[in-house]
Amino acid sequence: MSEVIQIILLVFLVACALAVSLTKNLFVAVIVFMGYSSIMAVIWLFLESPDLAITEAAVGAGVDSILFFLTLKKVHYLKGTREG
Amino acid sequence: MEEKKKLWKHIKAWVDGEEVILDADKYIITRSKKVKKDWRRQFSVETIKGNTKLYGFLSVAISALFIGIMLSVVNDLPEFGNPSNPVDNEVMERYLESGIEETGAVNFVAGMILDYRAFDTFAEANVLFLAVMSVVLLLKKDKQNYSEKEERENREDDFFDENEKRPILKIGGKILAPLIILYGIYVVLNGHLSPGGGFSGGTIIGAGLILYASAYGQKKMQTFFTFRTFTLICVGGLLTYCACKSYSFFTGANHVGFEIPKGIPGNILSAGFILPLNICVGLIVACTMYGFYALFTKGDI
Repeated sequence: MSEVIQIILLVFLVACALAVSLTKNLFVAVIVFMGYSSIMAVIWLFLESPDLAITEAAVGAGVDSILFFLTLKKVHYLKGTREG
Repeated sequence: MEEKKKLWKHIKAWVDGEEVILDADKYIITRSKKVKKDWRRQFSVETIKGNTKLYGFLSVAISALFIGIMLSVVNDLPEFGNPSNPVDNEVMERYLESGIEETGAVNFVAGMILDYRAFDTFAEANVLFLAVMSVVLLLKKDKQNYSEKEERENREDDFFDENEKRPILKIGGKILAPLIILYGIYVVLNGHLSPGGGFSGGTIIGAGLILYASAYGQKKMQTFFTFRTFTLICVGGLLTYCACKSYSFFTGANHVGFEIPKGIPGNILSAGFILPLNICVGLIVACTMYGFYALFTKGDI
């Protein structure tokens, strides 16, 4: 059972990585990258390194994407904000 | 004396980012026009746009080349889990056999990164500190790089923070932020007993602070977290780490003389210096994470 889940997760990981590089919309790219980090956190758990999983979830899915969003706001990319 | 003054002026202008030429009149008389040597081929937009096929082919070829190199290297790596691998040497045996005895930490990873290899972790904390310091240099607002318009926008932001109703964000932040910060503190304090440690716990605390700041605005955050506390915690954490570890460094890196009490492995107060070091790293990481966010949004902590 766990092998099936791992294979599904790995397929999702590759799909996310390809989608990040192929999408034209930067906002969507950041959100897909968040998904990539969350999947990676679960894979770290399967690989028996829970400390890395915690760090990946907090840094990759949380702080990293917030910094990306702030950068997009600074370069006037997000529509609907004052800078956009 | 004159010369010296001129030179000083010149250096001062150079530090401020202006270009001042010594003896400007003489220079203007004697200068000749620089002959620009045009060694580049001039590309026009049309030629670049016409070459898309070539660029596509080149990008695919370069990517394929790198993928090939990496795959061949991975192919040459020793088999996973093979007992005769170079990883299975006496260093790993020593860590696994006498790790608990020597460091007192149940979590081997914490024992490794904060006792055997504590200087690596010190350098990592320093790297984070340097990163946030360069962000402060670039983005912190002061009188030189701060316009009227930005100040007005900042005031508008503060007004919205106070008066706008964002019930989901505000109530969610109120309930979740303390829980997240508490969980981060738990991860930091149990770094030597369970998975986690300074870096993971610090980022969780930082994420909680960011949630609170984005829900309630920077003004409210500044009631307990100003730039002064930020610098104090960062520098204090680094200096405490440095003092703790230089003790064992100057006594021969082997705890000669005064032995730090290890305690019973498994207790919360055990493992010598690992607990205070974890707390130091956690504080530094939490501060830098929140510092990044605050400097990116408002240019001030």
